[in-house]
Amino acid sequence: MAEIRVDLEKCNGCGECIPSCSFSALEMKDEKVRILATCTLCGACVDACSEEAIILEKEEKEVDLSSYRGVWVFAEQRQGQIMPVTYELLGEGRKLADDLEEEFSLVLLGWKIEEKARELTRYRIDKLYMVEDSLLEHYHTSFYTQALVDLVRSEKPGIILLGATSLGRDLAPRVAARLKTGLTADCTGLEVEPEERNLLQTRPALGGNIMATIISPHHRPQIATVRPKVMKRAKPDGKGQVRVIKIKPDLASEDEMVRILELIREEKDVVDLQEAEIIVSGGRGLGKPENFSLIRRLAHLLGGAVGASRAVVDAGWIPSYHQVGQTGKSVQPKLYVACGISGAIQHQAGMRSSEIIVAINKDPNAPIFDIATYGIVADLHRFLPVLIDQLEKREKALL
Amino acid sequence: MDTIVCIKQVPDTEELSHIRVNCETNTLVRESVKAIINPFDENAIEEALRLREAKGGRVTVISMGPPQAKEALRKALALGADQAILVSDSSFAGSDTLATSYTLAMGIKKIGKFDLLLLGKQAIDGDTAQVGPGLAEWLRIPQITYARKIEVNGNQIRAERTLEDAFEVVEVTLPCLATVTKEINIPRYPSLKGLLSAKRKEVLVWGADDLFLDRKRIGLEGSPTQVIKIFTPQPPPKGEILTGEIPELADRLIEKLRERKIL
Ligand SMILES: Cc1cc2nc3c(=O)[nH]c(=O)nc-3n(C[C@H](O)[C@H](O)[C@H](O)COP(=O)(O)OP(=O)(O)OC[C@H]3O[C@@H](n4cnc5c(N)ncnc54)[C@H](O)[C@@H]3O)c2cc1C
Ligand SMILES: Nc1ncnc2c1ncn2[C@@H]1O[C@H](COP(=O)(O)O)[C@@H](O)[C@H]1O
Repeated sequence: MAEIRVDLEKCNGCGECIPSCSFSALEMKDEKVRILATCTLCGACVDACSEEAIILEKEEKEVDLSSYRGVWVFAEQRQGQIMPVTYELLGEGRKLADDLEEEFSLVLLGWKIEEKARELTRYRIDKLYMVEDSLLEHYHTSFYTQALVDLVRSEKPGIILLGATSLGRDLAPRVAARLKTGLTADCTGLEVEPEERNLLQTRPALGGNIMATIISPHHRPQIATVRPKVMKRAKPDGKGQVRVIKIKPDLASEDEMVRILELIREEKDVVDLQEAEIIVSGGRGLGKPENFSLIRRLAHLLGGAVGASRAVVDAGWIPSYHQVGQTGKSVQPKLYVACGISGAIQHQAGMRSSEIIVAINKDPNAPIFDIATYGIVADLHRFLPVLIDQLEKREKALL
Repeated sequence: MDTIVCIKQVPDTEELSHIRVNCETNTLVRESVKAIINPFDENAIEEALRLREAKGGRVTVISMGPPQAKEALRKALALGADQAILVSDSSFAGSDTLATSYTLAMGIKKIGKFDLLLLGKQAIDGDTAQVGPGLAEWLRIPQITYARKIEVNGNQIRAERTLEDAFEVVEVTLPCLATVTKEINIPRYPSLKGLLSAKRKEVLVWGADDLFLDRKRIGLEGSPTQVIKIFTPQPPPKGEILTGEIPELADRLIEKLRERKIL
């Protein structure tokens, strides 16, 4: 795909090009011409400009796939903190690089990140690209895309992995589209095909009902976002022989950039559900909103967070950020306790990969029992108080 | 305030459990083809309608897909959209998210000027969340993903973006693209008046020849990714139904959780 841009140094703001466009895609701003989204890349304005200030770049040449080598992991940091998924990718990226017998590199973007970078060199990586600029202090789609794309164009990695976090899933598709390469979202399994050097990317689709394996055989780099908490965390067992490469990116602030005004931490309940190792969820079987107190007490005793089905969220029994499922949150705790939840396919989509599932439901045919590790066919109004009571006794005895 | 909303028709989730994989052809066998508007896209439509009610302007809905996707667009018209466009051509078949976002971008360029482009945060069939940022890139406009609140002030929008443990308040000059979460609003139902007036509106259909397309960027050829295998996930190991009287049941559950080192 061709690309069009204006060389701002050459543009003298004469406006000659404006009438040449049949799509009204040119406008004057600050005495320079600007190309709008309605541009179809027809090229009429290129010929109209006597200053040669409008540049239409033709098709990129066929790429030589074998010149793309090495595995990269994008090290995600927020407010200077390295995100947990980065450590998971460190292990996975190393494994893929070893299988390919290629170099393994980490890419860290930010500002004043020297100390974090040092911490990362304790892991088994060959290279660490440290891309520092004050414009990279907070995540901005435009700056991060530009910095990463420029680095990819000069260094040509074969594979790039990012965490499938809100940041990774905002950045990766923008980067992949600019590079015109393949991207696979939210992978749960990665492997390499040694001959073709293709990355086999496996991911769930259709709410976890099917799995698909995806490759990008004719494009490089191959980019994947990886679901957090699926891969094992790496151990810091490197020998410290990491080449650190400092990069000063060439960033220009665009006038249409998204400005971040404020970052506000969520209420504790919201954060808890995402990160909890234990979740106790309630559904319509609770009968009335007040009975959520049972769920809260059980969650509290187990040291877990409170989840809910959509039915009770829609009924207004509990705020929507507690909802688990296809249109709610996707969780995978160690223990998920479903109380009075039928286990509709959409609910399962958000919790079926939990390690242990306990279901409490009075209907022995409820679909939740198909995926439950331990099923309890009982009336929750009778069962939960007894369970809570016994757990409390147990806790006291242990004190 | 002219808004374009991208909507996708997806299989009704009730049907998902009936979907089976044909292991020989790597394709999905859909016993029934009941389809709905992707739920998050309903929120995007609703937001566009509310912005129009507050600020005036037009709401255009666009979808890329097979001819059946007209159904989804008709529903959007019944909800109150002013114009509906289906981008459809057999040469678009097999598009991945890059080719889809390219084709939609070309359709949007043909529509012309807009202020805001709204999408759902992700489609529930593929769950990729990639079409939004891809589209923003092809159009070279700023993006706000996971928006749960949008306010328009003149030529600026201010939005709240949902992150894992925080939310971000951002501001940007229009035109821009935003993908929305379901917290943003509660979608309305079509009114009787809406249903009647939708009957008088046409869904425009644009094929490959109607758009200024680079043929290498569409369909299978324009799609870097290829699905090489589809399979049904390993069913979880068969669980255990605990039986007994209630106090004993609670004991047994506690015992199990202790064995599994949860307690
Ligand atoms: C597009 C779409 C997206 C959706 N997304 C989601 C989603 O993200 N998350 C989600 O959860 N749902 C979602 N749903 C809704 C989903 O289909 C179900 O309607 C919902 O999960 C049902 O919630 P529930 O199990 O609480 O209620 P019900 O289905 O009514 O089940 C209640 C259960 O409680 C049991 N019960 C009743 N009384 C007792 C008692 N005294 N003791 C023990 N058990 C009892 C019953 O046997 C029953 O199984 C979605 C639906 C659609 C169409
Ligand atoms: N074929 C399509 N036609 C119109 N909009 C689409 C299409 N595919 C995806 N979208 C939009 O992009 C969003 C994200 O989809 P996805 O990237 O597939 O998860 C959806 O919520 C839609 O708003």
